[in-house]
Amino acid sequence: MTPVDLLGQALNGLAYGVLLFLLSVGLTLIFGMLDVVNLAHGSFYMLGAFAGLGLIAATGSFWAALVLAPVVVGVVGALVERTCLRPLYRRAVLDQVLLTFGLIYLFEDVVKWIWGGRIRSIPGPALFSGSVKIAGAAFPAYRLFVIVFGLAIAVVLWLVIERTRLGSIVRAGVWDAEMTAGMGIDIDRVFTGVFAGGAALAGLSGVIAGPIRSAYPAMGSEILVVTLIVVVVGGLGSLKGSLAGSLIIGQAETFGKAWLPETAMLIIYVVMALVVLFRPQGLFGRPLR
Amino acid sequence: MRLARPGGFVALLALLAVFPLFAGNYPVKLLHEILIWGVFAMSLDLLMGYTGLVSFGHSAFFGLGGYVAALALLRWPGATAALLLPAVAAALAALVIGFFSIRVSGVYFIMLTLAFSQMFYAVAFQAEWLGSNDGISGVPRPVVVGLSLAAPRVFHLFLVGFFGLAGLALWRVVRSPFGHVLRGIAENEGRMAAVGYPVARYKLLAFVIAGTVAGLAGSLFTQLNGYVSPDAFFWTTSGEALLMVILGGTGTLGGAFLGAAAFTLLQSLVSSYTERWMLILGLTFVLFVLFAPGGIVGVLRGRIGLRA
Amino acid sequence: MTAPLLAIEHVSRHFGALSALNGVSLSVAARERRAVIGPNGAGKTTLFNVITGQLAPSAGAIRFEGRAIVGLAPHAIARRGISRSFQRTNLFPRLAVGENLRLAAAADGRGSWNVLGSVDRLAAPLGRAREVAEAVGLAERLAEPAGRLSYGEQRQLEVGVALATVPRLLLLDEPTAGMSPEETARMTRLLQALPREMTLLIIEHDMDVVFSLADRISVLHHGEVLCEGTPDEVRADARVYEVYLGTGDDR
Repeated sequence: MTPVDLLGQALNGLAYGVLLFLLSVGLTLIFGMLDVVNLAHGSFYMLGAFAGLGLIAATGSFWAALVLAPVVVGVVGALVERTCLRPLYRRAVLDQVLLTFGLIYLFEDVVKWIWGGRIRSIPGPALFSGSVKIAGAAFPAYRLFVIVFGLAIAVVLWLVIERTRLGSIVRAGVWDAEMTAGMGIDIDRVFTGVFAGGAALAGLSGVIAGPIRSAYPAMGSEILVVTLIVVVVGGLGSLKGSLAGSLIIGQAETFGKAWLPETAMLIIYVVMALVVLFRPQGLFGRPLR
Repeated sequence: MRLARPGGFVALLALLAVFPLFAGNYPVKLLHEILIWGVFAMSLDLLMGYTGLVSFGHSAFFGLGGYVAALALLRWPGATAALLLPAVAAALAALVIGFFSIRVSGVYFIMLTLAFSQMFYAVAFQAEWLGSNDGISGVPRPVVVGLSLAAPRVFHLFLVGFFGLAGLALWRVVRSPFGHVLRGIAENEGRMAAVGYPVARYKLLAFVIAGTVAGLAGSLFTQLNGYVSPDAFFWTTSGEALLMVILGGTGTLGGAFLGAAAFTLLQSLVSSYTERWMLILGLTFVLFVLFAPGGIVGVLRGRIGLRA
Repeated sequence: MTAPLLAIEHVSRHFGALSALNGVSLSVAARERRAVIGPNGAGKTTLFNVITGQLAPSAGAIRFEGRAIVGLAPHAIARRGISRSFQRTNLFPRLAVGENLRLAAAADGRGSWNVLGSVDRLAAPLGRAREVAEAVGLAERLAEPAGRLSYGEQRQLEVGVALATVPRLLLLDEPTAGMSPEETARMTRLLQALPREMTLLIIEHDMDVVFSLADRISVLHHGEVLCEGTPDEVRADARVYEVYLGTGDDR
């Protein structure tokens, strides 16, 4: 493998890692704050891709879809939180598993109903349809856009969570939801907001993934497991961990596929197993008692 | 508790044994799936309901049993290949996976067991000698004590017998002193350690027992279908077993079986009427959680007024 | 002088910058009834947690019957003959009272690995469970799930579970906390009636209980042993009053 190939793979891995970050950040915050294992988080990604598909067809503009699809998915997320998850916060984890598993089936089938089960390609924006020469090798411009866009979102998220009042409420909620509620904050609305925000980010991930990875109903349950791995590797409830985990898993899977195709699928599981065994709280998680 | 009365169980077995006399091929095939998934779900319930270990990687043992049976039956189609080897392989795998997984708990246990089962999936999916993503087909049914299980009626009775024995064994286990220790661990692990139980070792044995039974169920599944594919290892296989247990009601073996039956029937009945079976199944889960906590067994207890 | 049953030597335990135990030395003779008193935050429960292996000490040694027990897992320490009750009730709420006690009585492991037999065949733990239920006043409640007992009854069961393992050293962490005066009196009588072979180390805030039970008292303050002696000696020690009444102390 030449250095140029290496660079190409690293950029591919980075683009994939960015997608994973947008997915995992919502999942990790929802877990840290609401103590909910949301198996349907991958469905929001899938819904984002199909909402993007529909909106591009309706408006003819990728950019309109990029803005509107996350809004649509965020609203769906808010509805799910209000109607289904709210009654479950005090109940056993297994009830959450059953319910969110049910939602996976439900969303997947609704999408099949509307769009059929085929793999649909999503046209990327014309602006980034070409390729860029990096170190003499052509690299799809759209992937570079995904990387820059995703990292920009990461910076914005970091600023919101670390520097704003809203962010400090979210951080406090992840640390100790009951105490936060005791400080006179309407924790219910914060919960709905965080859940909807996480869903919208997953939806955003789905839209920008579309032109690279296409759209198909099972894409959500496929990416869910990888996202769970990212969250565990990075540390439950940790924003920093979610970023680090995404980049590590993104590179591990991409390079695994290029170098050791026979064992590529194994690698991310091995990474996670090692982390759980030797650093159970994850790279940036709070130490377990 | 009364749902698992021994008399009722024997009557159920008798009913199952004569079922093919009244039913056509398709219902019988469905029943076979229910019996195998029922055993698989009951073995998972030993972990989830009785020990408090939520495993998301039980498919590792189901798949391993299935693959070992497939490989072995192609060479020596006898009882050793059909039962002994899959059970031993699953037990050994459970010993190793359990040894590592039991060191962590909660979400971490879920994720670690998931990781191990996905590693099996990855190997089966990639290895050419395991047929890659097509799996292994053309697996013959064994000849056990001179009877060929290729004959449908014999295989049916074999399956019912397997279900009966596995159910009885698990029922004995959960009622044994060992089973009571498991329940103590599920209720309050810290206190069990404080009074002197080496909790990890008890959990490990439970994990091995559950894995062994799951391996046998996997072997039977291969024998039923004549093939095995990497799907047997995939996490959705674990997920479906998990759903069956929760749907039926955790901590009751009868519930796990009812959950398996409900899930299988729902899936096949709904899919024969409408393409939208996933939608209906999904809605069922959602409504179940929201309006019927405690699963099918919980609902039955509420309706008939049985004591919890 | 005979070797003590329990010897705690210069034990410290830090939580970050906070030191909950600071060089505590304490020895308890066989057949003794020792009370550990001290204001909240003095490190009493931490001391128990360190003895029973729930927490590892940052420094120091602990010997039980002459053998070092630091580093052993909680279950291994329990097997050596040390049992404890918890300050915050720590039971098996969905299991029956009888089963709570039977599990503890069967913790010696004999028969507990039997995977196919019946619980009813193991007579010894069942007998022990009934005996303890009688002693702690729960004989009528054997079939009731522990979670449905009243608070006072749960405290009785908490002590019962610790007793059922037949320990040589019994550690009780505030057995009468939150009890009514009648319940406290009954608990005191129960503890007084325990066989002398069961050495007792008890954390207690109720001074009536302490003085009617203890042979010796150790006073813990800020993670250190402030003083130790017979009830009369401790009663006469001015420092103890200072600690409790807050004279010259910000508490």
